[in-house]
Amino acid sequence: MTTIPDVTRPGPEDTDGHHGSAPDISLEADALVHRPPPGASRSKTMFRAAVPPLVLGSALIGLWYVISYVILEPHRRFLLQPPHQVLDTGFLDWGNYSRILTALWNSTQVALIGLGIAITIGFLLATMMSQAKMLERAVFPFAVTLQAIPILAIVPMIGFWFGYGTTARVIVCIIISLFPIIMNTLFGLQSAERGMHDLFTLHRANRLTRLRKLMFPAALPAVFAGLRISAGLSVIGAIVGDFFFGQGEAGIGQLLRRYASQLDGEELLTSVIMSSALGVVVFWTFGWIQKLVIGKWHETEVLG
Amino acid sequence: MTTATTNGALSFDGIGMIFPDGTEALREITFSIDRGEFITVVGPSGCGKSTLLRIASGLLEPTAGSVEVDRERLGYVFQDATLLPWRTVRQNIELLAELHGFDSAERKRLSTAAIDLVGLQGFENHYPKSLSGGMRMRTSLARTLTLKPPVFLFDEPFGAVDEITREHLNEETQRLFQSEGFAGLFITHSISEAVFMSTKVLVMSYRPGRIVASFDVPFGYPRQPQLRFDPEFALLSGEVSLALRGST
Repeated sequence: MTTIPDVTRPGPEDTDGHHGSAPDISLEADALVHRPPPGASRSKTMFRAAVPPLVLGSALIGLWYVISYVILEPHRRFLLQPPHQVLDTGFLDWGNYSRILTALWNSTQVALIGLGIAITIGFLLATMMSQAKMLERAVFPFAVTLQAIPILAIVPMIGFWFGYGTTARVIVCIIISLFPIIMNTLFGLQSAERGMHDLFTLHRANRLTRLRKLMFPAALPAVFAGLRISAGLSVIGAIVGDFFFGQGEAGIGQLLRRYASQLDGEELLTSVIMSSALGVVVFWTFGWIQKLVIGKWHETEVLG
Repeated sequence: MTTATTNGALSFDGIGMIFPDGTEALREITFSIDRGEFITVVGPSGCGKSTLLRIASGLLEPTAGSVEVDRERLGYVFQDATLLPWRTVRQNIELLAELHGFDSAERKRLSTAAIDLVGLQGFENHYPKSLSGGMRMRTSLARTLTLKPPVFLFDEPFGAVDEITREHLNEETQRLFQSEGFAGLFITHSISEAVFMSTKVLVMSYRPGRIVASFDVPFGYPRQPQLRFDPEFALLSGEVSLALRGST
C-alpha cells in the first residue's frame, strides 16, 4: 500500500505574462493556487509515505514468528506456521500456488460480473429516482432493507432458488454491492448546487441536457466513492457465495473451506493473503480510474 | 437581438411578492430600464433585492404585478460564479452558447471574444479549482457575455471577493457596459460600487422591499478609478447612504 500524496504536480505556469492588453489581471494572478515545485520534495515524500507501513509490517511479521516459535508448542505449531514456511508451501510450490491463483481468478470473474450488473442496475435505478421523487420514495425503503439483510442469512435461500452454481454466486455479489452504488449515485446526482440548476433553467435546458451536462458530471465523485466500496463488497460476495455453493468451477471460497477442513495451514493462509490482495487490487484499481477520470478537476484523496 | 418591448428593455410594473410562508418580500415595485441604462438597487441584507432579480429572470413568479422583458438571451450573473468544476475556463465560458445550440466554431469564436473582453487570456485551460475568486467571477462574466445579452442582471456578484479585486471588477463592468451597450440591473449593498458603475441608484427598504429613493448619477463614461476620490462622488454616496439609513 503506497500512499503518495499528490503534492508534486506543478503549479499553473503562466502566472505572469502574455495576457496582452488584459487589464489589471496581474494583481489577481498572484492569488492563483500554488503547489510546491516538483522534484526536490518527491523522494522525501515517498520516503515518509513508505516507511511507517514498512515498519509496522516488519513488526507484524516479527509477532507472527514469536507466536509460531515461542507461544505455540511444537506439536501445536500447525495452527500458525512461521512466515517462511507459508512462503515455501503456499507461494513457492507452484502446484499449490497455481491452484490458488486459478480459484482466485474464478472468484474474480464472478465478482466482476456481479459488480458489472450491480453498477448497471444501480445507475439506472438512481438516475430514475433522481428524475421522479415518487420513485425515490417508493424504492428507498427497499434499498435500505436490501442493505440490512445479513448476507449469510439469505445465501442458503439463493442456493435454494438459483442452484449452487455461478448464477447464485453472481447474485450474492449483486445483492451485497448494489446498495452503495444506488445511494452514492443518487446522492451525487442531487449534489449539483441550486445556482447551477438555476443557470440551466434560465437557458431552458431540457431534462436530458441537464442530466448529461450537469447532474452526471456532478455525480462522478460520489459515484466513484460508491464504486470503491461496492467493488470491495463484490469480492467479499464472490468469496462468501463460493464458500457455500459447491457446483461449477470452484473459487477461492471452496478452496478456503477445503484447506481449513484438511488443516492445511500454509495453503489456508496463502489463500487468505491472496484474497485480501485481490480486495486491495480492486480498491486500488477503482481509485486509479477515479483519478484518471476526475482527478484533473476534483480534489481527490486517493488512499490505498 | 432586438427586444420587442416598447417601454424599456426591462420593466417592472407593480411587482409584489409574498412567499408561501407569509413573508412579504416585495411591495409595489415599479421602474424600468432602457438600453444604455445601468441601474443599481442598494438595500439592506434580506430586503428582497435578489428576489427581484429572480422575478425579472422568470425563475420566480411574482404574486402581484408583471414584468416585461425579452428572456431569450437574458444575462444573469449569480452571487457565486456557478462554474462547473469539471470544465475548463473555456469550456465553462462556452456552456451557454452550447445550451443555445451554437455550433463549435461559433462557440469558439464567441468564447475567444469574451475571454479577451474580461482579460482571461492564458487561463483558458485552467480548471476553476485553480482560479482565484476574482478570476472565477471574470469567467462567469465572460460566460454571460458570449450571449451578447441585451439585458444583464447582476445578483451581488462581487460580494465575496476582496476590496481591491472588487474595485477592478467594478471598473471592468462599467467598461463592458459602455462597450456592449446592454441594459444593466445590478444588486448590491455596497454604496460606492453602486455609485461608481451606475447611471441611476435606487434605494430599497427593508421588508417588504420598496423603492424609497432614486438618485441619478451624473458622471460620464468611461469612469476612471480616481472618480472614487472626487468630492461630488463622496457627496452623492453620502446622500445614498442617508437614504439607506432612513429606510431601515
